[in-house]
Amino acid sequence: MAKLRFGIIVFPGSNCDYDAYHAINSVMGEEAYFVWHEDKDLKNPDCIIIPGGFSYGDYLRCGAMAKFSPAMEETVNFAEKGGKVIGICNGFQILTEANLLPGALLRNTNLHFICKEVYLKCENRDLVFTNQIPERPIKIPIAHAEGNYFCDQKTLKELKENNQIVFRYCDEKGNVNKESNPNGSIENIAGIVNKNGNVLGMMPHPERAMEEILGNTDGLYFFKSIVNSFVN
Amino acid sequence: MKIQVLVRLKNGVLDPQGKAVEKSALKMGFEGFKNFRIGKIIEFESNLPKNKAIEEAKKLADKLLSNPVIESYEVKVEE
Repeated sequence: MAKLRFGIIVFPGSNCDYDAYHAINSVMGEEAYFVWHEDKDLKNPDCIIIPGGFSYGDYLRCGAMAKFSPAMEETVNFAEKGGKVIGICNGFQILTEANLLPGALLRNTNLHFICKEVYLKCENRDLVFTNQIPERPIKIPIAHAEGNYFCDQKTLKELKENNQIVFRYCDEKGNVNKESNPNGSIENIAGIVNKNGNVLGMMPHPERAMEEILGNTDGLYFFKSIVNSFVN
Repeated sequence: MKIQVLVRLKNGVLDPQGKAVEKSALKMGFEGFKNFRIGKIIEFESNLPKNKAIEEAKKLADKLLSNPVIESYEVKVEE
């Protein structure tokens, strides 16, 4: 079978682009390539990844300027046609700014940049992004100052009704509570998907948890899910 | 003509920065102040006719300067 093609969008200030590239090329054995933010051509991807970092310095608001780049405009078209799009960390912020996902990411309630491993409960394991994720909590690193997910009550209700809440912060045993919420996110939300199930945004970084040598391989479940969904 | 766009967090959106400032103010001994909220001012100049400038500034605020999910804005003009 031909390798899956993952286009990784690179903005000035992206800094997890090479992590994602390495995870896909070297660890997963699929094909990753970069798409410069000024490119209009996404080069026929199977999946687009918007990586973490500080696109355009995150001036004004995180992700606010990135949404107007030619590559993002094409990504919106791609997503509207059902193309699979993943936004990780700053990528999640960009997806909300671009209206591909509802809500917004606010400053962490403690105002700190938080960089640590957290546990996540996957609440929808039927998605192209999650079908290989186990029932037990998975451990994935976070590294952000603005990861505090916010939406209004109406949106929250819709997210629940449509099963769009994908990841919630939890403790090692899977308890979702205030203590296991690192940043103040509404209902411990760490990641959501759009109504059609083809656009996913998450604050944690699965691409940083792919190899034994780094001490954590739980990110593999995430990328294996995507590969698996194309095979079947 | 100078234009100011004041961007504020909407009511009900938690403002951790405002909370931190409030705590400091109390610690310093200031009394009688509460509900601190931090917003931002974006200033720019324009040589468009006043009405047109306001209209365009509002469009810019809708599209770029504010995020309507969490923020509201106000456009002020200084001639």
